[in-house]
Amino acid sequence: MEIDPFIFRLSIFILSIFVGYYVVWSVTPSLHTPLMSVTNAISSVIIVGAIIAALSGSDGVVFSSSSIYGFLAIILAAVNIFGGFLVTQRMLSMYKKKKKNK
Amino acid sequence: MSANISAILYLVSGVLFILALRGLSSPETSRQGNLFGIIGMVIAVTVTFLSVGNFSSGFIYVLIFLAIGGSIGAFIAYRIPMTAMPELVAGFHSLVGLAAVFVAISAFINPSAFNLGTPGNIKLASLIEMAIGAAVGAITFSGSVIAFLKLQGIMSGAPITFKGQHLLNALLLILIVILTIYLCSTQSSNLFWILIAISFLIGFLIIIPIGGADMPVVISMLNSYSGWAAAGIGFTLENTALIITGALVGSSGAILSYIMCKGMNRSFFNVILGGFGATDQTSQSQNKEQRPVKSGNADDAAFLMKNASSVIIVPGYGMAVAQAQHALREMVDTLKKNDIKVSYAIHPVAGRMPGHMNVLLAEANVPYDEVFELEEINNDFANADVAFVIGANDVTNPVAKTDPQSPIYGMPVLDVEKCKSVLFVKRSLSPGYAGIDNDLFYKENTLMLFADAKKMTEDITKNL
Repeated sequence: MEIDPFIFRLSIFILSIFVGYYVVWSVTPSLHTPLMSVTNAISSVIIVGAIIAALSGSDGVVFSSSSIYGFLAIILAAVNIFGGFLVTQRMLSMYKKKKKNK
Repeated sequence: MSANISAILYLVSGVLFILALRGLSSPETSRQGNLFGIIGMVIAVTVTFLSVGNFSSGFIYVLIFLAIGGSIGAFIAYRIPMTAMPELVAGFHSLVGLAAVFVAISAFINPSAFNLGTPGNIKLASLIEMAIGAAVGAITFSGSVIAFLKLQGIMSGAPITFKGQHLLNALLLILIVILTIYLCSTQSSNLFWILIAISFLIGFLIIIPIGGADMPVVISMLNSYSGWAAAGIGFTLENTALIITGALVGSSGAILSYIMCKGMNRSFFNVILGGFGATDQTSQSQNKEQRPVKSGNADDAAFLMKNASSVIIVPGYGMAVAQAQHALREMVDTLKKNDIKVSYAIHPVAGRMPGHMNVLLAEANVPYDEVFELEEINNDFANADVAFVIGANDVTNPVAKTDPQSPIYGMPVLDVEKCKSVLFVKRSLSPGYAGIDNDLFYKENTLMLFADAKKMTEDITKNL
C-alpha cells in the first residue's frame, strides 16, 4: 500500500520541531533578541507561496483576483526578509568581545 | 526544473535555516549563522522562480514588488533605534501573519496554480491546511498589531478585561473549528471569509487583556504563532522549506515564552488569561507604611565606588528609557581605569523582550563577556562591594524570596541585597510594573540616588 505523501511532510514537521527545540535551547540568552529577529526573517520564506500566487495569472493577465493577493504578500514578506536579516546583522555586529589591552 | 530537484533544494534551504539558528549559540558564530540564513532564503526564492518557470510580464512585477518591500525593510532595519526592537519585531510578526492569510486566500481562489484541485473542488487535506494557515495567520496579524500599539504607547498598556471574556474566546475558537468542518463539506467561499474575520477578532481579543509588563511573553508567543502559520501554509504548498522553518520558528517562540514565564514565575495560562499588573495588587500599595530611606547624591555614590574593588551593574528597562546606556559605559570605563572590576547582571525579563538588555548594552559598546545572566552571577553579589541598580526594580525585590503573600513570590530575583552596599538610581520611590513596594529601598546598606538615570551616571563619572 502506498504511503500518503502527507505522512512524509508530517514526519519532517515533527522532526523539525525537535531539531528546533534542541537548537533553540542552545542559543545563548544574550542573543535572544537577534534570535527573534532572525526567526522572523526566515519565517518569511512564505514568500515562496506568495511568488507562486503572484505568477498564477493566466496568459496576458498579470493582475487577477488571486495574483493580487500574491503580490501583496510579496511586499509584506519582502519587508520582513530584508528588514529581518539586516536588523539582525546590525545587532550582531554590535556584540564585541573585551579588548585584551596590555 | 524537475520537482525532485527543487524539493531537494528546498530541503537545503531548510537545513541552512537550522544552521542560522545554530550559529546563535555564541556571538562569534552568529554572524556566519545569519549569512547561512540569507543564503537559504536566496536559494528558496530562486528555486521558486525556476520551478514556476513563468518569466512573462508577471515576473517583472514580482521583482518590482520584491524591490519595493525590500527597500522598505532595509530602510526600517537601518533606522530603527535599538530601544524600539520589541515594536519592530511585533510589527514584523504581523506582516508574516498577514502574508500567510494572503497566500491562503490566493490558494483558495485559484487552487489550480498550486496543484490543489479546482475552485469549489479543493482537496480535503489542502483545504484543512489552508484554513489552519489562514486562521493562525490572521490571529498572528491582529494580535501583533495590538502588541505593537501597546508597546508603541499608542494604546494603553493596561489590560482591558470584561465579563465573559474567556467564555467568548472559547466560543469563538469552537466556532472556528465548526466553520472549518462546514468549509470542508461545502467549499463555500463565504465560510472561508467568515473564518478569517473571526480569526482576526480572536487575535485582537486574546491580546487586549494582557498587561504591558507581560509583553515579553506576548512577543515570544506571537513569534511562535507566526511559525505555526508558516508551517500550515507549508503543508498546503507541500513545501519542505516552509514546513521546516515553520516548525523551527514555532518551537523557538514557544521556548522563549516558556523562559519569559519562568523569569516571572508565572504559568503560561496565567499570562494568556491576562489581567496581570493592574488589578490584583491595589490593596497592597494602599497599606504601605512610611519607612525611612537613605538617600544620597552623586558625590556619595562616587566615593563608595572609588573605594570598591568590584562593582556589579544591574540595568533595567528604565535605563533604556532614560537613554543612559552610553553614560553608564563611560562611568564603567572610568571605574575600570581605577582597577575596579565591573560586571553586568541581567535578569531574564529585563527589558521589553527576551535578550533586549543585552542588545542595548552591546550597542553602548559593552563587551558581551562582561555581561552575565542571573544564574551565572547571582552568587557573586555576596562578594561584591557595590551593586549599582539602574532602571531595574521588581527583579531586585527580595520580597520574592521572603514573602509568600507577595504577587511576585517565587520569581527568580537578583540577590542585590547581599552586596556590601547598594546604589539604587531611581526617580522616586514609586513601585515598579508589578505594583509592589521594593524592600530593597529600606535596607540598611541601600543608598537611594533620586535622579534621572542618565544625569546621575554622568554626575558620578565627573566625581570619580
